[in-house]
Amino acid sequence: MMSLPKLASYKSRGTLPGNPACPACPHNIGLKIVGKVLGDRAVVVVPAGCTSIISGVWPKAGIDLPILHVPFASAGAVASGLKAAYEMKGEDAVVVVWSGDGGAADIGFATLSGAAIRNEDIIVIVSDNEAYMNTGIQASGTTPWKALTTTSPIHGKTEEKKDLAMIMLLHKIPYVATASIAYPLDFAEKIRRASEIRGFKFIHLHSPCPPGWRFEGGKTIEIGKLAVETGAWILWEYREGRLEISRASKKFLDKGVRKPLKEYLMLQGRFKHLTENDIKYIEEKIEENWRYLKLISDIINR
Amino acid sequence: MMKKVLIGNVAIAEAIRLARVDVISAYPITPQTIIVEKLAEMVDSGELDAKYIRVDSEHSALAAVYGASAAGSRVFTATSSHGLLYMYEMLWWVANSRLPVVMAVVTRSLGPPWNIHTDHQDALTIRDAGWIIGFAENVQEVFDMTLQSYKISEDKRVLLPSIIALDGFILSHTAEPLELPSHEDIDGWLPPREPLPFVMKPGEGFAVGNLGPDEVTMELRWYIWRAMERAKKVIIDIDKEYEEIAGRSYGGLTEKYRVEDADYIVVGMGSWSGDMKEAIDILRDEGYKVGLLRIRYIRPLPDFDIIKYCVPAKAVLVYDRAVSMGYGGILAGEISSILRGKTPVKSVVAGLGGVDMRSEEFVDSIKRFIEEYEMDKDVEWLNTYWLLKGGDEG
Repeated sequence: MMSLPKLASYKSRGTLPGNPACPACPHNIGLKIVGKVLGDRAVVVVPAGCTSIISGVWPKAGIDLPILHVPFASAGAVASGLKAAYEMKGEDAVVVVWSGDGGAADIGFATLSGAAIRNEDIIVIVSDNEAYMNTGIQASGTTPWKALTTTSPIHGKTEEKKDLAMIMLLHKIPYVATASIAYPLDFAEKIRRASEIRGFKFIHLHSPCPPGWRFEGGKTIEIGKLAVETGAWILWEYREGRLEISRASKKFLDKGVRKPLKEYLMLQGRFKHLTENDIKYIEEKIEENWRYLKLISDIINR
Repeated sequence: MMKKVLIGNVAIAEAIRLARVDVISAYPITPQTIIVEKLAEMVDSGELDAKYIRVDSEHSALAAVYGASAAGSRVFTATSSHGLLYMYEMLWWVANSRLPVVMAVVTRSLGPPWNIHTDHQDALTIRDAGWIIGFAENVQEVFDMTLQSYKISEDKRVLLPSIIALDGFILSHTAEPLELPSHEDIDGWLPPREPLPFVMKPGEGFAVGNLGPDEVTMELRWYIWRAMERAKKVIIDIDKEYEEIAGRSYGGLTEKYRVEDADYIVVGMGSWSGDMKEAIDILRDEGYKVGLLRIRYIRPLPDFDIIKYCVPAKAVLVYDRAVSMGYGGILAGEISSILRGKTPVKSVVAGLGGVDMRSEEFVDSIKRFIEEYEMDKDVEWLNTYWLLKGGDEG
């Protein structure tokens, strides 16, 4: 298992100080962990998104990793081509797609699904900040119901959040996990495990975005933790044919120990307009997600 | 050298095998599909040692070979019509990254209405994207142009992607005898790709395609411009080199057919150039001083040849299988932009959606063009004429 001393002992690769990310940006946190765990083995494919900016303006660099910037809807296919080339040459490289939610759940979904169903030997990490943040907070397929964005500015989004990890699970790929930037050891261990499996690996990373969700920058980790502690974001992992709820989330199977959902929602400007009824409805939806995950894991692990 | 009877699509697959391509991506579209089917057979049977990626769309087809090319592999994909347009974004990404990707475009009309037959609208839609674009006349040239494309694109002076355009069905599905070189003939001339212009590797803090100052974007475009200029010479050189291996050359960027003393120059490209040559022969027999300048490469545009052969002529007639609505024939526009009024140019739009043009129809329309010009030299020459056929046109 991953431990802090172990993670700290890895050579630092990934984000560099002073890069153009917003203060308290979750991508910076996530990329730092990716760089630490995969370091010298990774080649990273980045479709259009916040990381296109975080990577820095030439001749400076914001991220100390080999990065191939690619168009929005192309990452899964580009990564497949890279891996095919390395296999032809007999070269060892961990090809990683580092995508936002739009690039994976919406515009890039067909190419993601195509790469998954071919079981390409790549890792896809979707750093999900729940909207098109780089273009200035427009609703995406993974924006939660009712969240305010600039394309759902008054009443909030009218559709539910797309459950990308569950969709990827049904592609019958060898590894699927959810993670959170607030649980770095859990995320690091999941990347490590993924890198040791041959075939398509998918990690859905929850990434609270200060300007996008409208909360104070210092609270990125606090909000990420609250998402898990209120049960709104569930950490789970599918590998070796078993689906397990991860340690940090396990106890929240019991509704009674979850923190009140309001604590998570009311810290975020995007949910400030919610009524009591709205919150109740979201609570029911969260409960449904847990029930659904439990049922699926029971079937898979039977 | 071996002689075989092959359709254009299979000839391309044979050229890909000889070029020892490493990574192929495949997405079907009529009339291209046979190319990727034939390549699948070659890879499955072990005849060709390559990775074959069955992608989810044409956009992904070009994205996949983009990735493989960025890691240093020699790559290939093929498409047609709507597939090419679905790739449009990736076309620019590939060219602006300077990767020597090679792609076959089996030309086909764009819908609606649905139509699987040839015109040049698809391939000409992408002429600004930074790709070298060649149009073949027959199956032998399809094969030769495909092999030469790797040599041209991977040349240090060029480093730009290439398209081989071949007319749907007329070339893609028509069997013709052709000569095929062997691996022994080709391997020395076309060695494995050098790691240029860059290769993505683990362990390096190296970004490709990241943000830069605006001046850098413009400077990079200027480099592409210069590479295109250099490509003109490279295409001519490689055409000559190839003659030593295969015993054939085509005249570089253009083929000149009976142009030497011609008063009237006909300009065209693609498979119907063969019918134009037949028409030229008939007209020559009747005493008309007319020749054909066949455009082999529309990018880079053979400006020197156009000036050399069209300026001394009395007038130029350009046949187009593609049109820019509200403007005129696309090839005619290209030719007149180079001639800048020095020689009158008449634009004829014909053969859209696969409408057939026979040699006698070229004879008739060339005669009419010459007669009209001789009767009234002040005629409005830049007008575009449409040769419509059938239906209610009567």
